[in-house]
Amino acid sequence: MTRRTFAKAPGLDIDAILGNRDIHIIVCTGAGGVGKTTTAAALGLRGAEMGRSVCVLTIDPAKRLAQAMGLSSLDNTPRQVPGVCAPDGSGSLFAMMLDMKRTFDEVVEGHADQARAEQILSNPFYQTLSSSFAGTQEYMAMEKLGQLRVRAEEEGTWDLIVVDTPPSRSALDFLDAPARLGSFLDGRFIRILTAPARGAGKGIGRIVGMGFGIFTGVLSKILGAQVLSDVGSFVAAIDTTFGGFRERADETYALLKDSGTSFVVIAAPERDALREAAYFVERLRTDDMPLAGLVLNRVQHLDDPELTSEQAAAGAQTLVELSGEATGATAESQRLTAALLSLHAQRMNLAARQRHLADRFTAAHPGVPVSSVPALAEDVHDLDGLRTIGDLLAQSL
Amino acid sequence: MTRPAASVPSTDRAAAARKWPGVNLHVVSGKGGTGKTTMAAALALALARDGRRTLLIEVEGRQGIAQLFDVPPLPYEERKVAVAPGGGEVWALAVDAQEALLDYLESFYNLRRAGTALRKMGAVDFATTIAPGLRDVLLTGKAVEVVRRKEKNGPDAYDAVILDAPPTGRISKFLNVNSEVSGLAKAGPIRKHADLVMNVIASPQTLVHLVTLLEEMPVQETIDGIAELEQNHLPVGAVMVNMTRPPLLTDAQLLMAEHDTLPAEAIRAALGAAGLSAHEDEILPALLAEASDHAQRVALERREMERIEDLDLPTFVLPLLSGGIDLGGLYELADILTAGGVR
Repeated sequence: MTRRTFAKAPGLDIDAILGNRDIHIIVCTGAGGVGKTTTAAALGLRGAEMGRSVCVLTIDPAKRLAQAMGLSSLDNTPRQVPGVCAPDGSGSLFAMMLDMKRTFDEVVEGHADQARAEQILSNPFYQTLSSSFAGTQEYMAMEKLGQLRVRAEEEGTWDLIVVDTPPSRSALDFLDAPARLGSFLDGRFIRILTAPARGAGKGIGRIVGMGFGIFTGVLSKILGAQVLSDVGSFVAAIDTTFGGFRERADETYALLKDSGTSFVVIAAPERDALREAAYFVERLRTDDMPLAGLVLNRVQHLDDPELTSEQAAAGAQTLVELSGEATGATAESQRLTAALLSLHAQRMNLAARQRHLADRFTAAHPGVPVSSVPALAEDVHDLDGLRTIGDLLAQSL
Repeated sequence: MTRPAASVPSTDRAAAARKWPGVNLHVVSGKGGTGKTTMAAALALALARDGRRTLLIEVEGRQGIAQLFDVPPLPYEERKVAVAPGGGEVWALAVDAQEALLDYLESFYNLRRAGTALRKMGAVDFATTIAPGLRDVLLTGKAVEVVRRKEKNGPDAYDAVILDAPPTGRISKFLNVNSEVSGLAKAGPIRKHADLVMNVIASPQTLVHLVTLLEEMPVQETIDGIAELEQNHLPVGAVMVNMTRPPLLTDAQLLMAEHDTLPAEAIRAALGAAGLSAHEDEILPALLAEASDHAQRVALERREMERIEDLDLPTFVLPLLSGGIDLGGLYELADILTAGGVR
């Protein structure tokens, strides 16, 4: 019944994606508050119960959802969710929460000798960067994804990684932040900062040098000279140990473009969320990234399209009038039925508005498969709840 | 910018009881998807009523205000976007960290030209990037600058400033600029600037309002967000419960719907009386199922409402607008806030 709501779009075949052994990464992305984490967890569970070895990487799960997956601590390591497998005993589900600072620390520790790693980790600028830089979370989500993928290939641990994306200002941040951080750390300015003497007195170098003089002057004035020297020593240390951040970002970006990756864009049937989803779909197309389709959460589903909202509203009106003339039990049941009809009309209207929004999305992006999940009365608290979501995702075909 | 003539004598304005006397900076936050920008805009309209002037500020580069008021994308410049009931004005501003840094350099160091040159070199981007704390100080600093701004003849440039702020999860950090820059700068101008910003944000002239829906996760985030604000000594204002739907059934009917004991045969008879007997075998079970779903949802919403009431904060309940949010809808929401004492 739910698929009637969004008749214009082709259905998204979730089971075909989960069952495709050539797909190793599913990225769930979309605006904040649309149920990304829940969808990622539901996809992971369903994949595991179809016999795949799945690892779900979540960024910031709500407490009860984390508990549903047996995640009680944020320790940056995948933990097995007990009791999850396919009927034939194959398949497994692991889940983890991203600890962005810890992941960054691991990158440093993995690429520098101990002395240098300590030097970097204790640098005040590094500490600011690793805990609050506006793109660190996105970058580290990608970094962790890359690590998990390498581990999966080397050890054969997982054949499917489902990744949830950070609650960014914009869903596009997930794609842009790594390159931004990379180009920032690799950029001209930071290079000048680490070697202010280089090129001074020669042609263009002199011009840059002059600008730089003003700049450091201004920055020192505002922030204090200490900050600049922290940045300088951080970049110098990091540069010699594991060169180009941009290169690393490029590698992860390439992983996302791989045919073994599949993007699932998630939205709610609301204007802003769908606009965000549309941006993302366009971006994936421009960058030639593999889009599986759109998941629409919290859709008002229709129990009985036989009765239009107009008919229901007219019926309710008639009954209100009749109940004014009737008495006792008859009047009471007429008022009750009028209320039920009004409720039905309200739901039909909401569904019509949602369908209108979804159809507009489909008109602009024809061919993008859509799976719609009806609004449930309660939030998901346990594996059974996630299973229900998984069933609904798959049924939508 | 010249101040428009007030259409209501100032004595009348002062005489009207105000819900939040002395507050002129309203920070609006909430979980993503709860309608934070819409609520900030409705609040700006309500506070501008009767000849007052308010400024609505956004800081996340989303252009949500322009979309809401159906105007072209906002530049880094104050623009009038709406007229409030009774002749007031709502102005709007999209603050950008880079522009704010240039602004700051100009007003504190008279360095605008140097700043423009630095921007061409990518230096401004660099500066706002290396220090996320700096970014937030610049954004909140701009809001505070507007709050403190006076007209030549003395009155405040704006009667109230409404900041459409980052979501609940980041709000305490965003506002607590003092501790953010403390790691970066222990002394010096930016530190002094942060102190000045903090003096306004943590004062009785500021309130932080949180927008929520009657759903488990947004309510939990609101509760956690309030605890965090209080820990950081930031002034908590009201909880705005958005997109509520009044139950269409009476409590007794809801109870029956919840337990699937609605009188099916009586409803069937009433459907007949309404001329809807054609498909009654399909319609009747569908209506009963919808009623049961509705009852479950109302029960959940009431549980969540109780958790909000336990917070013991001023609470505004706003309806889901059936036609979606447009300019007319904003005025409707503003009227509800006004009826709740916001002026």
